Amino acid sequence: MTAPVSSALTSPPRSAPILAVSHLSKVYGATVAVDGVSFEVGTHEILGLLGPNGAGKTTTINMILGVLQPMSGSITIDGCDLAQRRRQALERTNFAAVYAPLPGNLTVAQNLRVFGLLYGVHRVRERVEEVLGEFDLLRFRDTKCGVLSSGEQTRVALAKAMLNRPRLLLLDEPTASLDPATAREIRASIREFAARTDVGVLWTSHNMIEVAEVCHRVLFLSRGKILLEGDPRALPATHGHETLEDLFVTVAREPLTIRRSPEEE
Amino acid sequence: MMSVRRTSALLLRQFYLLRGSPTRIVPLFAWVAIDIILWGFITRYLNQVSAARFNFVPAMLGAVLLWDFMTRVMQGITTAFLEDVWSRNFLNLFASPLSVSEYLGGLVLSSIGTSIIGLVTMVVLATLVFGLSFFVYGTMLAAFLLVLFLFGIALGIFGSALVMRFGPAAEWFIWPIPAFISPLACVFYPLATLPGWMQGLARLIPASYVFEGMRGVLAHGSVAGAPLAVGSALALAYLLLMGRVFVAVHRRAVRTGLIARYSAESVT
Repeated sequence: MTAPVSSALTSPPRSAPILAVSHLSKVYGATVAVDGVSFEVGTHEILGLLGPNGAGKTTTINMILGVLQPMSGSITIDGCDLAQRRRQALERTNFAAVYAPLPGNLTVAQNLRVFGLLYGVHRVRERVEEVLGEFDLLRFRDTKCGVLSSGEQTRVALAKAMLNRPRLLLLDEPTASLDPATAREIRASIREFAARTDVGVLWTSHNMIEVAEVCHRVLFLSRGKILLEGDPRALPATHGHETLEDLFVTVAREPLTIRRSPEEE
Repeated sequence: MMSVRRTSALLLRQFYLLRGSPTRIVPLFAWVAIDIILWGFITRYLNQVSAARFNFVPAMLGAVLLWDFMTRVMQGITTAFLEDVWSRNFLNLFASPLSVSEYLGGLVLSSIGTSIIGLVTMVVLATLVFGLSFFVYGTMLAAFLLVLFLFGIALGIFGSALVMRFGPAAEWFIWPIPAFISPLACVFYPLATLPGWMQGLARLIPASYVFEGMRGVLAHGSVAGAPLAVGSALALAYLLLMGRVFVAVHRRAVRTGLIARYSAESVT
């Protein structure tokens, strides 16, 4: 694990996007879950996808993961169109989510080996040992995932997400089950990973302090649409709020009162 | 293009599960062993009381063995699939580069491994305890096993598609599938025993050609190749059809979002 990082966070230089989402929509019956969403995640960038429950965050992530077919729009991962080149796109992607723990009836090492093979990782055994060390899981190597605490399971899911050294990392509330100390270490670890490697990270969280600490840029989703976009440290003041959490509450309760500033248009 | 590594990942997963779990290993041979013992004694008794000079051992015990082989192949597919249902693993699997054909390939490999254990158990018991000689079937035995293997795979994929389509509770659709088709498979009686309309249906079941062929070998020492070729073609056609059904069901699950929320059983 790396040491805790400072709160200073400079945006990475603009480069070709790792993830390009264009006019993405999904409708369930009469419910519009995602409505024409477009955004990009650049190399070394951590983009926060924020919004109240039911805003369309997980639906968007599921479409990027290829487990949910969009009604319209396109998703390009590291230059690969997900609809046309699914395998190549997903080889460059990985994810961790609280609702997708690894099978509890296999040990940590067994799960990581199986998913290492699925993601085409070379020298799987060596790579598994590396991520076990990175996420402080060596002592759980031969423990079944089902008996781990929720925080330990989260670390296993993060270790699996790092197995293939993804170009695009999707993290859906990755620190939700972690104690503050471990959560801080995980945040630092992922920030360091994003700075060190050519990766783009899409991060969802309901912890606004965490978002301000980790994300270079945030998108606020409300009712399936992007309502706001910008630097999480500057955005609250732009919209007359003291903190990101205050802004979040306004977006959640009174989305119609929010207007995008000219820079966000 | 299918990846051997990704397909073998599913086989490795199944190996890990079996290695660490006696409750998964015992059923691989226990139920087929019980079946062979039960039918072994029944056939021995029938040989004693029957006035006819008919050997029930190859006709009935052999039929039980072949039928159990087919059901073990089917269950090899469905139990490997159900492992993913039980561990809520679909999201992790299908968000990876794994394709549907690679996934099905992994299930087939798992089934080959588990069904061979059952087959060896049955052959050893039937041969050593009840004197069943597989030489009586001649070279046709390989053809019989091939047809039953293909049909068992097709049934297993069909059962898995049912569960993927209707949710985890549809597991109960899977287990009766062999019992449902067994009257039409003509395992223990000639096809001519069935009423006309049932004979038509039985001709759609590849296994019926195997058991007709098996009885033909025992009665005449040989069997016409054409009917067995029809059975093989039917089994292959069902396999391809069920593969397409599974792909269609998976595609629907991706369209509706069921894959990501599978435990809900339905997204409506």
